[in-house]
Amino acid sequence: MKRHLNTREGLAGRLRAAAGAGLLCASVGLLAGCGSDSLTVVSWGGSYAEACRRAQFDPFAAESGVEVLLESYNGGLAQIRAQVDTGSVHWDVVDLEFADLARGCDEGLFELVDIDQLPPAPDGTPARDDFFEGTVSACGGGGLYYSTVFAYNDESFPGEPPSRIGDFFDLEEFPGRRGMRRSALVNLEMALMADGVPPEEVYATLSGPDGVDRAFRKLDTIKDEVVWWDAGAQPPQMLADREVAMSTAYNGRIFTAQTVDRQPFTIVWDGQVLDYGQFAIVAGTPNLEAAMDFLKFASRVENMAAVGRYIAYSPTRRSAMDLISTHFESGIDMRPHMPNAPENLGRALQSDWQWWTDHAEEMNERFSAWLAR
Amino acid sequence: MARPLRSARLRAAALTLPLAAFVVVTFVAPLALMLVRSVHEPQVADALPRTLAALERWDGGSLPGEPAFRALGTELRELDGRRGLGAVATRVNRIESGMRSRMLATGRALGPGSPESWRDAVLAADPVWGEARAWLALQRAGERFTLRHYLRALDLDRDSSGAVVRISPDQRIYVPLLLRTLLVSLAITAICLVLGYPVAYLIANAPPSRSNLLLLLVLVPFWTSLLVRTTSWIVLLQNQGVVNDILVAVGLVAEDGRLALVYNMFGTLVAMTQILLPFMILPLYAVMNSISPEHMRAASSLGATFRQGFVRVYWPQTMPGVAAGSLLVFILAIGYYITPALVGGRTGQLISNMIAYHMQESLNWGLAAALGVILLACVAVLYAVFDRLVGIERMRLAS
Repeated sequence: MKRHLNTREGLAGRLRAAAGAGLLCASVGLLAGCGSDSLTVVSWGGSYAEACRRAQFDPFAAESGVEVLLESYNGGLAQIRAQVDTGSVHWDVVDLEFADLARGCDEGLFELVDIDQLPPAPDGTPARDDFFEGTVSACGGGGLYYSTVFAYNDESFPGEPPSRIGDFFDLEEFPGRRGMRRSALVNLEMALMADGVPPEEVYATLSGPDGVDRAFRKLDTIKDEVVWWDAGAQPPQMLADREVAMSTAYNGRIFTAQTVDRQPFTIVWDGQVLDYGQFAIVAGTPNLEAAMDFLKFASRVENMAAVGRYIAYSPTRRSAMDLISTHFESGIDMRPHMPNAPENLGRALQSDWQWWTDHAEEMNERFSAWLAR
Repeated sequence: MARPLRSARLRAAALTLPLAAFVVVTFVAPLALMLVRSVHEPQVADALPRTLAALERWDGGSLPGEPAFRALGTELRELDGRRGLGAVATRVNRIESGMRSRMLATGRALGPGSPESWRDAVLAADPVWGEARAWLALQRAGERFTLRHYLRALDLDRDSSGAVVRISPDQRIYVPLLLRTLLVSLAITAICLVLGYPVAYLIANAPPSRSNLLLLLVLVPFWTSLLVRTTSWIVLLQNQGVVNDILVAVGLVAEDGRLALVYNMFGTLVAMTQILLPFMILPLYAVMNSISPEHMRAASSLGATFRQGFVRVYWPQTMPGVAAGSLLVFILAIGYYITPALVGGRTGQLISNMIAYHMQESLNWGLAAALGVILLACVAVLYAVFDRLVGIERMRLAS
């Protein structure tokens, strides 16, 4: 009976739906076992959440009969920790950056997931051997590669366009405002690469005596021209409005703006910071069973690859890579647009989540101090 | 005779009980909790009691003995077994960045059973335990009562010998921010006084029909939601906003030279001044309303110019209102949070925004509490100074 999915658009609709479900659960509570037919999944909003909805949330709802309520956030563990600590968990499944997932898993914020319970590859290879090395957390399921790149609006550069990460920090050659995420993550790495540090030495440099200072000194050079963004949906908007000449952005968002919204954007893959994320289940959720079902569903090879029909993020399972096909609307081949396509990996940096779980707090504090100066 | 009096008094006291209880629950208790949280952090001490006990007689430089390694090894392993290690490691990591992964790796690497030498086993799990700084970090994180949040909140730190030193200039955050907050609050108070005094004078000395209208003009924004007023300032001041549009239209500003009026300190100053202005005008008006106009007339009949009369007769009588308004505006401004967060951009943030950051984002509640206590202390000191200079008993909120 509850086979429909919440497709109301917009934040207000989502909030209403979430609040409604929350109220219902609070009032009917245990008696009705209301947890059993709705699942609150928290994603990153915008075209990415839309892609996940079409590829995973809708199909899961259709298969299981569980209503999926979609909410969005901008990353971080704060809201999750508040829910777990106060015992009022109303998020069931969250889509996380791997560094946050690893940290939250260690701190007991997420339910453990037995990887042997995740579905095997079509040829029978167990999930354990099918996921790429290091992309599975003890609390995670599903998973996608995504990348932070920088992109520019073609109209801002009628002459020679920027082509290297160093150009992003070169205000003389390429004048104009820059968009960057309001966070230390990725910005430090890009600053070092722009300063001439080869990708493979970035984290060693950051751990060294002068590395962080050097990164901040490089950021200093463009600080006055930076517009800071919080949500992944902002950079394409800022580029379209020509509020910034170029911006760091998630590659998938730029891809969608290029193909679906026909924006004249170009991605510069040089100096991209490749990362991956997974779904996790918030510890203590009343909907554990449905949440676990969803993680298994989202870990199926065909469902992981399906996201790649809507946005340029690629699955973290080897067998799913073969299933990457064409864009659902324009029909273009998705392979060359994926962040881990060989031609895009030339000077790519694999984000080191281990380094970030250790240093995120210190770096973010330093970053906010730097920002406020 | 005494009996009924006493019971009446008791009844009167009983009537204030709900209020007293309310104040205790909503004000005194949270304040006390905040004070406690800023100095009390028992989590690591509770999680690693044997290790910390074994370190009690450690000299702080050489490698600790086998008992310390055994205690650490067993306790890390136990914590890892019940998924408690991450939270403990996160706290130690705040003392020494990098310890988080080291502790987790150690806890995971240690297998079951009891090795012949815990020292070798732990060092094999992670060589960091061969360094004194790792053990020092444990010791410091294990202090049940600590002043380190206050040190951090004052941009201080302990060096390896335990002496208190200032941290390097490019990492100082809180003292500059606190000074900025105090300065901005003072500036807002001064602007409110300069703007509010003539308005209050006008309202107090206008004929009743006009003064009611003027008073309404002060009160309507006062009653309007804070968020509405703050966001209206964004609409007015932003790059494509009303003010810039007008400036461009009349040719004062070029189209590509639109002024940055919001998302900076200017935006914070303008919006906060407007929001806090009624808190200045209303006490001033109340006091001025009670000053008989005959005083000024008497002054001029005795030969004083308006200026002399104002300075020597009128102004001194309005002091209680000036004092009340200034104190009110200043104290409200110093803890203001939502307006700077919305219109302050990068440079218009105040210390309260940092407290919010540590409450909501970094979840370092100890540091947030220490910052809050310091802010409270600033207010208390200023209050005392004010009391000395002006005298609190002269303050009047209404006539």
